[in-house]
Amino acid sequence: MSQFLPEQILAYLPDTIQLIYLVATAFFIRGLKLLGSPATARKGNQLAAIGMLIGIVVTLFDRQIISFEWIIAGVLVGCIIGAVLAKKVAMTAMPELVAVFNGFGGGASALVAWGELSKSSDPSLLDTTGLITTGLSIFIGALTLTGSFIAFGKLKGFISGNAITFPGLNVFNIGSMISVLVLIGIFTFDPSNQTIFWVILGLSLLIGITSVIPIGGADMPVVISLLNSYSGIAASMAGFVLSNNLLIVSGALVGAAGLILTQIMCKAMNRSLTNVIFGSFAVTGEGSNSNDGDKTVRETSADDLAIQIAYASKVVIVPGYGLAVAQAQHIIKEVATKLEERGVQVKYGIHPVAGRMPGHMNVLLAEADVPYDLLYDMDQINPEFATTDVVLIIGANDVVNPMAKTSPASPIYGMPILNVDEAKRTVVFKRSLSFGYAGIDNPLFYEEKNQMFFGDAKKSLQALNEALNDI
Amino acid sequence: MSALIFSLFIFVLACFIGFELISKVPPTLHTPLMSGANAISGITIVGALIISGTDGGLITQILGISAIIFATINVVGGFMVTDRMLEMFKKKEDDK
Repeated sequence: MSQFLPEQILAYLPDTIQLIYLVATAFFIRGLKLLGSPATARKGNQLAAIGMLIGIVVTLFDRQIISFEWIIAGVLVGCIIGAVLAKKVAMTAMPELVAVFNGFGGGASALVAWGELSKSSDPSLLDTTGLITTGLSIFIGALTLTGSFIAFGKLKGFISGNAITFPGLNVFNIGSMISVLVLIGIFTFDPSNQTIFWVILGLSLLIGITSVIPIGGADMPVVISLLNSYSGIAASMAGFVLSNNLLIVSGALVGAAGLILTQIMCKAMNRSLTNVIFGSFAVTGEGSNSNDGDKTVRETSADDLAIQIAYASKVVIVPGYGLAVAQAQHIIKEVATKLEERGVQVKYGIHPVAGRMPGHMNVLLAEADVPYDLLYDMDQINPEFATTDVVLIIGANDVVNPMAKTSPASPIYGMPILNVDEAKRTVVFKRSLSFGYAGIDNPLFYEEKNQMFFGDAKKSLQALNEALNDI
Repeated sequence: MSALIFSLFIFVLACFIGFELISKVPPTLHTPLMSGANAISGITIVGALIISGTDGGLITQILGISAIIFATINVVGGFMVTDRMLEMFKKKEDDK
């Protein structure tokens, strides 16, 4: 758009663009900061969006940009796809959606670097730094793209949520990564060699697949967060390729912030990042699936349970992903309201990784108008179980599995759990006795104080809700 | 070379700011924060615009427009979905 500006302004244009980039960066930093606190989070997101708009508009005045047909077409298509996905996708599918968006972001950075490379008629004229950052941008961007889509597939169930692994996969992955880095080195000396370029691209795409596929579905949130950090770094590298400060700074911000967030998530699950990436959840879990045959479960019915909770003094609800999948968050709210009207104290105990992503369950319950102050974090609710009459565990499994405390052989050993076994009675709402997301059995089901309420969570809760009317 | 050193400087400093920005975030906000940060990483759209707007031949144009589409999905979708999540928390506070 610079061609529309008068001559005398043109001289100041490059500096002006840089200064406005600085303003956009300030918006991003302020936005990220505000996103970290509940009261200001929404404003933070809006500030970041304004920063983005400023960055985009001012870039259109860059003197390198001379034609707009492609730009308008591309932005239009992207806006429609992005807006439709963001508006239409159910809240339960939020983690998958973030993974998809992230994949597109990483892919875009790889394409930008590739485009810059293809622009120069003779790549050997490019300087070494430019070539190294081009290679790195393509590497990180491409692996973010495929990795994010594998994570999406795992969360969506297209790809088995179990850890798919075979001997030597870790060695293969590390070997491939080293190979790509070496190839990028060779590429800087021989940039016109097309074969090397394609091998780098192909291997990077492959690494994205092979490094995410062995990670179990329960760890996907951490993986997505890590890939989010990668896509920031990829954007930053693309910034080095184009010598664009806005890209370098914003990418670095996201890269660093994403890494910290990943660490916070790992901490919530009491696992280290290396453990998540290399030590995949063992599906067979030796010592965890000892089917002794003498395990019995006690079933309960809607009428029976209605009486138990109606005359309890304190009920804690532990929601899990199953509740979200069954779309039962609204009906559980109705049940809770009825109980409160009868003078029963109702609280929600939210495990840090309930749902498919930290904080996911809070979003879902907020959608169902559950008052925010009834939601308790794990550390707040754990001391309360000892005085709780009935715990309703709805669609949650691994986060209440006592094996995390008692069985060192268990793959989830060490993960902090909700101590529901301290309550006087637990009731598990579940379709069947199948294993949880981590693929392991749960001894809680066979405890004497525990009752099972089999069936679809929504239907079971509806029955319970009706039974409460009759008391 | 000095231009590269300058870029490295701001890269490293920006990393430190990023590390400092995120601390003690309540678990409730992990998902929105991840989603919001992810939308910011769509800043690569700026690079995509520069690539597509220049006259660099057909292959460059195709790479450029693909990059724009990808990055726009990331930016528009990312900010909108983050807002949708946070809107729900906001509603709660108004009720009180």
